[in-house]
Amino acid sequence: MSVTHVTQGVEHPVAVVRLEGIEKSFFGVQVLRGVNLSLRAGEVHALVGENGAGKSTLLKVLAGVHRPDSGRIVVRDEEVSFAAPRDAQAAGIAIIHQEFTLLEHRTVAENVFLGREPVRRGQVDRRALETETRRLLDWLGEDGIEPGTEVARLSVARKQVVEIVKALSADARVLAMDEPTAALADNEVELLYGLVRRLRDRGIAILYVSHRMREVFDLSSRITVLKDGALVTCAPTADLDADQVVRHMVGRPLEALYPERASRPGAVRIALRGAGNERVRNLTFDVRAGEVVGLAGLQGSGRSAIARAIWGVEPFTTGTVELDGVPTRVTGPRTAVRKGIGYVTEDRKGEGLALRQSVRDNTLLVRRAACRGAVARQTADLTRLLGEVGVIARGPHQEVRYLSGGNQQKVVLGKWLAVRPRVLIVDEPTRGVDVGAKQALYRLLRDLADDGMAILMVSSELPELIGMSDRILVMHEGALAGELPAGADEEAVMGLATGHGAVA
Amino acid sequence: MSAVSERVRRRGEALVRTRTSVITPVLVVYLALAVLLVAGSVLVGVQGGVLLDHGGILNILTRGTVLGLVAIGQTLVIVTGSLDLSVAYLIGLCSLVASETMAGSPGMIVPGVLAALGVAAVVGLVNGLVITVLKANAFIATLGVALVLRGYLEHNYTGPAGSVPRAFQHIGYDRIGPVPVAALLMLLLAAAAWWYLRRTRTGYHMYAVGGDVEVARLSGVRTGRTIVTAHVLCAVMAGLAGVFLAGRLGSGAPYVGADAGYDLESIAAVVLGGTALAGGRGGVAGTIGGVLILSTLDTIFDDLGLESFFKDVVRGVVLIAAVALYARSRTAGRSA
Repeated sequence: MSVTHVTQGVEHPVAVVRLEGIEKSFFGVQVLRGVNLSLRAGEVHALVGENGAGKSTLLKVLAGVHRPDSGRIVVRDEEVSFAAPRDAQAAGIAIIHQEFTLLEHRTVAENVFLGREPVRRGQVDRRALETETRRLLDWLGEDGIEPGTEVARLSVARKQVVEIVKALSADARVLAMDEPTAALADNEVELLYGLVRRLRDRGIAILYVSHRMREVFDLSSRITVLKDGALVTCAPTADLDADQVVRHMVGRPLEALYPERASRPGAVRIALRGAGNERVRNLTFDVRAGEVVGLAGLQGSGRSAIARAIWGVEPFTTGTVELDGVPTRVTGPRTAVRKGIGYVTEDRKGEGLALRQSVRDNTLLVRRAACRGAVARQTADLTRLLGEVGVIARGPHQEVRYLSGGNQQKVVLGKWLAVRPRVLIVDEPTRGVDVGAKQALYRLLRDLADDGMAILMVSSELPELIGMSDRILVMHEGALAGELPAGADEEAVMGLATGHGAVA
Repeated sequence: MSAVSERVRRRGEALVRTRTSVITPVLVVYLALAVLLVAGSVLVGVQGGVLLDHGGILNILTRGTVLGLVAIGQTLVIVTGSLDLSVAYLIGLCSLVASETMAGSPGMIVPGVLAALGVAAVVGLVNGLVITVLKANAFIATLGVALVLRGYLEHNYTGPAGSVPRAFQHIGYDRIGPVPVAALLMLLLAAAAWWYLRRTRTGYHMYAVGGDVEVARLSGVRTGRTIVTAHVLCAVMAGLAGVFLAGRLGSGAPYVGADAGYDLESIAAVVLGGTALAGGRGGVAGTIGGVLILSTLDTIFDDLGLESFFKDVVRGVVLIAAVALYARSRTAGRSA
């Protein structure tokens, strides 16, 4: 492979890839507004922005998945257009996604050259396959990985290396890494740092997408900040500090989308005392009746892991949990339901609903599973339930897959209301829901709290979290980084969540 | 220096790791086969017989030949993440095409074989295209093709038809010592299929498509073509089985494949041989082990004179036990 011709350690002032004035909209919603981005050989260029700022769309434009509505893509001073991902690959651009494109049960070498196996006299040249792979691994300084090892036996960090080597073997000169540390354990992050720096020193242009300020400042030489689809700033890392970057990322006015907060919370409904498991540790907090407590944090910080632990999918292994003052062990979802804990999962279509079943069957799913008694009695107050959550459907027999995202979410909430939980955990409750339905869902959640339910709300949308919560708990790398009062500003939350310390 | 020693250490670790993973499904299958042969010999011996005498070996290998041919093809499609339920009727159809084309004339042997294999290839092509172009689920697609074939056979045949010249019948009965020539040919084809899967690009791509279609596609593998190739090869292997059966029976028989249940039997042999039904892992070596286990079981039951009811129960138990064992070792491997 021709990666060797890269002159080591030389910084090229010329951009390998330039995106100029990229515009993209989906269904009339503008997602990218004239974004410029240039990537130079031998630089680590950080791309930051809140969820929905347009980072992933920009990545997809770069990868040839989406075609921009207008704007130019220039590769080595030549304007190109990508009709499909393979065109971008041919131009030397590779995206390292969070999910790897590796075959678990094939060897490292077989994965690296998948689809491009060297052939000699009618059969795959296995020696060339292994030596080439080993050469690329050595070139990267990753000689701990054997080309003949089955990928399933490698750690996540090493799989990431294989993924990168796979891209390099196809002559990639530009690597876009999407949240590369999201899947890594803490001690593996340092290894990734080393790898990224070696790639940089070998003349690869790296686009590093991350939320984490520490990584961005440790690694990058330039930072581009996107907000609401537009470029806010692009500046050398040395000219910026974390506060500035966070400020650039956030700071939009809160709309009057959110209902009034609770007057005064009641008794403690759920209390965690030093609770922890493999993914989160030493959690101590209460949620009171009538409260909406927000749980903030970056992807992988453990916010959803808390929800899953409380609900018994991956139970806590240390510490205690008290429900209404009674120490309780929740060992599985079924116990959780029995004890009065409801969980609106993040993945509505995958985990929340039986898409091909009716509104009625979905709404009654939990009650049928958890309670004994005649079917007639169970279905008696279906109409009342559906009215309470405000589902708009053709009727109780409509299949839920035909409902809008907002109505689907209301069905999920209805499913839990059918058993009147004491504690309700909602994970990304308004993902993929339009603004009108969002408002209705916020109202509904607040009403439930006012009725005495304790609500724990996980969300990656800061405005929503701040607008809804009576208190905000911020997670960072599996532990509580701090607690903020109602109406805290986004910078304070992001500061804690990125491990940058409390700004407020 | 320390980097070098680190490297040596790592290589060492890798070696140790491969050494501990020597207990592969293939090894398990052949160990099971060995255990079965010993246990069978003892059981048959207690009743005063000998399992592995001349006739016993002949019996095991003859039974294994047809199933082996079909299961080799089935391995290719299952590794690719697909499935072929049409093989049983295809065997019958190909036996008829071969024997009717030959019509007792020695000069027509080669055209007869070619015609049968050609028909098989077309059926395989249809299977593959229905799956890749019409995006039908492999189970349903090949079941549909099986029904079409059955309909054709039922409408046009009531019993055996055509006739195979004596010269060709030798293929069914010639042997070297206790080893039938046909069994040797089957093993030769198994070796070829092994080489194809393990050494050629298309073979590599079959594992890739079976492992994860999306990953394969994103890596530039022509997934549709790979699936179609697997189905054509599988059908041709079933065609060979049909031709061989025509030679053995002296004529073509419409339900020779279906009556023996070669569709599910071949899938059972593949799965018994350690190939994942979901695709992406496994291979021909295990499949041949699976075939030999099934044919040895049959031979043992015959020697013991057991009822067929009992025979089926034992086969079922063996199959479930094997699959449960593999599932267990796989989850254990994942958590390690």
